[in-house]
Amino acid sequence: MTHTFYIAMSYGIAALISLCLITWVWLDGRARAKELAELEASGIRRRSAPKPEGKEA
Amino acid sequence: MPQIAVLTKLTDLANPTRFLGLASRLLPWMAGITAILFAIGLYLSFAGEGDYQQGMTVRIMYVHVPAAWLSMMCYSVMAASAIGTLVWRHPLADVSHKAAAPLGAAFTLIALATGSLWGKPMWGTWWVWDARLTSVFVLFLMYLGLIALNRAMDDPGKAARVSAVLILVGFVNIPIIKFSVDWWNTLHQPASVIRMGGSTIDSTFLWPLLIMAFAFTMLFFTLHIAAMRNEIWRRRVSAQRRMAARMAGQTSEKGA
Repeated sequence: MTHTFYIAMSYGIAALISLCLITWVWLDGRARAKELAELEASGIRRRSAPKPEGKEA
Repeated sequence: MPQIAVLTKLTDLANPTRFLGLASRLLPWMAGITAILFAIGLYLSFAGEGDYQQGMTVRIMYVHVPAAWLSMMCYSVMAASAIGTLVWRHPLADVSHKAAAPLGAAFTLIALATGSLWGKPMWGTWWVWDARLTSVFVLFLMYLGLIALNRAMDDPGKAARVSAVLILVGFVNIPIIKFSVDWWNTLHQPASVIRMGGSTIDSTFLWPLLIMAFAFTMLFFTLHIAAMRNEIWRRRVSAQRRMAARMAGQTSEKGA
């Protein structure tokens, strides 16, 4: 095997792991944001969350 | 009085809601800076000449060394957060060390894999059980153990306290990794960048290495802040679901 193979493999593995990490964090964030939005839409809100406009007591 | 003002500002920042606001403002900038640094670092890594002994395999160093540094820095960030968990019982500290563990495991895996790929053409072997390689492998196992522990417990507060104790006990491995090449006879070369008497690396190789190290560090902090934000959202989702279940229970009791 040539040195080019070891260099390409090193950069390839580093890129693959980094991209997997970025994708996982991004997809996780999107899924959590969607869940929170669904809960808020169904009227489930945190007690400390600001009330939506027009619902002020 | 100024100390109190600084402490108050830090306490304000440690509020999860304020952290989320800050994260949403910072993340696009941090991601942009990370991408620019990687573009510059990768250009310099491939534009430079090879080393007179290592040839072009010196380029592996530009990903291996930053990943190895980050594997230790990430654990140090987790140790600082673990102190925050045990001393101040701050929920943001819990979130910080939980979010950092998978990132640390990934960077340690990159360091181990690229080190092995450098070792084969340079040392003639993929792996040796010398002090540096073994202690980094132990660090990788510790990251995996902490991820498993966090996922095994339902109560995030209890999981954070148990993890924090383990993180602080495991921190003893960080100076062992750093000084293993000085304390024992290892195949791994001694420190050549961060050492007494300055760097022994020629500036042709030092600049791409430093820029790549900065790029990897920015990537870590960007992902760490994003993962902390995700963890805060996850806890809010589970708190709101519990609240929804309680509300549903009360409604059905009234109806009965």
